[in-house]
Amino acid sequence: MSALLATLARQRWPLPALVAAGFAFCLAAQFVPGLINGYTQFVLITVGINIILCASLNLVNGYMGEFSVGHAGFMSLGAYAAAICTTKWLPATPATFFLAVLFGGAIAAAIGFLLALLSFKTRGDYLAIITLAFLMIVKSAWENIPYVGGPRGVLGIDPLTTLPWTFFWVVVTIWVLRNLVYSKFGRAIFAIREDEIAAHAMGVRVREAKILAFVVSSFFGGVAGALFAHQLQFINPASFDIVKSTEILVMVYLGGIASLGGSILGAVIFTLLSQALQPLGTWRMVILPLILVLLMLFRPRGIMGLRELPWFLPRRELKKK
Amino acid sequence: MLEYLAQQSINALQLGSIYALIALGYSMVYGVLTMINFAHGDLFMLGAFACMVLALLLPVPLPFVVVLLLVMALIGLLGALIERLAYRPLRHAPRVSAIITALGCGLVISNLTLVQFPYAQRMPTLFTSTTYEFLGLTISSLQLLIIGVSIALMLGLDFLIRRTRYGIAMRAISFDSRTVPLMGISPDLVISLTFLVGAGLGGAAGVLYGLAYPVIAPSMGVLVGWKAFIAAVIGGIGSVRGAVLGGFILGTVEVMTVAFLPSTFRDLISYSLLLVILIFKPYGLLGRAPNQKV
Repeated sequence: MSALLATLARQRWPLPALVAAGFAFCLAAQFVPGLINGYTQFVLITVGINIILCASLNLVNGYMGEFSVGHAGFMSLGAYAAAICTTKWLPATPATFFLAVLFGGAIAAAIGFLLALLSFKTRGDYLAIITLAFLMIVKSAWENIPYVGGPRGVLGIDPLTTLPWTFFWVVVTIWVLRNLVYSKFGRAIFAIREDEIAAHAMGVRVREAKILAFVVSSFFGGVAGALFAHQLQFINPASFDIVKSTEILVMVYLGGIASLGGSILGAVIFTLLSQALQPLGTWRMVILPLILVLLMLFRPRGIMGLRELPWFLPRRELKKK
Repeated sequence: MLEYLAQQSINALQLGSIYALIALGYSMVYGVLTMINFAHGDLFMLGAFACMVLALLLPVPLPFVVVLLLVMALIGLLGALIERLAYRPLRHAPRVSAIITALGCGLVISNLTLVQFPYAQRMPTLFTSTTYEFLGLTISSLQLLIIGVSIALMLGLDFLIRRTRYGIAMRAISFDSRTVPLMGISPDLVISLTFLVGAGLGGAAGVLYGLAYPVIAPSMGVLVGWKAFIAAVIGGIGSVRGAVLGGFILGTVEVMTVAFLPSTFRDLISYSLLLVILIFKPYGLLGRAPNQKV
């Protein structure tokens, strides 16, 4: 069995095959009634959205080694932008939904760019505070804008997030992130994580790398928010608070920092665990942060920290092993 | 108009002194560990709840000072315990691990409180307040008590830090943490003491906050505690006098915002102020920039 796995790990075809099979399954689940029930479908979509959130936050928190707690803020930017698109500006069709998701991502990316500019001056604890302040400001801003419903939020969003669409965006996210991470840019952010000043001295363009990391990360945060809004069909400022950010952080540090395979694993385990703990009510919100603390004390890098699924590695990295 | 302003200044002084007390805890811990204790706001919240539970449980009503000291001791010990169990093992781990742990500890505390008290609670009356009038201004004895107790605690802390052996050790650690053990001082003991004192002040702030605004909820660890954190940053985190200054500045800004703008703008203005300070003066008004060694 393990020999078979080792052989499979060296092959390149399983990943495209898995993606094709997954997409076929999603299409079947969408168009063959009764194949999977509504609840399973809901959980699978949640898994997908969480994979996008976790992988995109991993770019900043894992690969670059910064600490952002503002990912729920980007999610809310994407969610509101896309929800306004489909409820107020455009008819709610799958084609306009695609545009709305892109728009949500773009808005989040634009604000992510601004946050990246702030991150030049500060690092570590102070950057954590800036992202925290950003989260609070975004939440407070929504509550004060009557056009987006104030504290009540946006209601009556069409349920446009389907399983195939979610799968599509998961694949896009992982594909883009994987190609970024194993490019020159990926080397640059790895260098920034190890030592920003040394990286700068070695000729790494620290500012460009930081901007790109923040923009890409927040873009996919926004995409996930847009999908989330069209899954739940209503959003309000309170859905995107520090608890939501903590959930994403748990996923990242559970699955493993600087690992896309770990992000997927973390999101899957977290979502299933979170569903299983649902009957516990408020206790769930005690257990989740406790897991985070215990992880930090006993396994700070997470399950797959700094390791990667062999299928995601480029050929040149495989040969080294 | 001038009278209105003067009246609001009294409110600002009250809110500011509570913020300052909480901010001191953030600043002291940052001074010795260069770490932000994100759980501090939740310890403050727990102080208010501990006060309420004590007042409700005890058959004989205790004098206010006894309740205050009991809560301070309780929350102080809890703060030191958290440091011992969660932060000390991570002292040499990457910085991010410590921040995450602190954030997690805070959430565990606030959500555990939420499990016990799902709804906002009413603080029992511990202190019958009378109002005084002079020069056309109204000031209650409660406000005087809050401002008085805060200032007394701040003066006590200032004495502790400037005049006692522990205070000197505390300042020595924040100045150069590597040399201190060589001088025969146990850093663990001093750090524990710092957490004890810092968290104790947070607990006292919780009691005073509960007296001033008698509806308390578990969410105020985040809502009020993090405001105090903004105050610590404005003053320059790590600087004890800066924390007090920042507390009073933030209290004034908030009270004046509510006095002249819709109250929903309060958080927006406070957090924007934080961003502006961090961009233009990242180490606050009285803080000093750390030397970055390459």
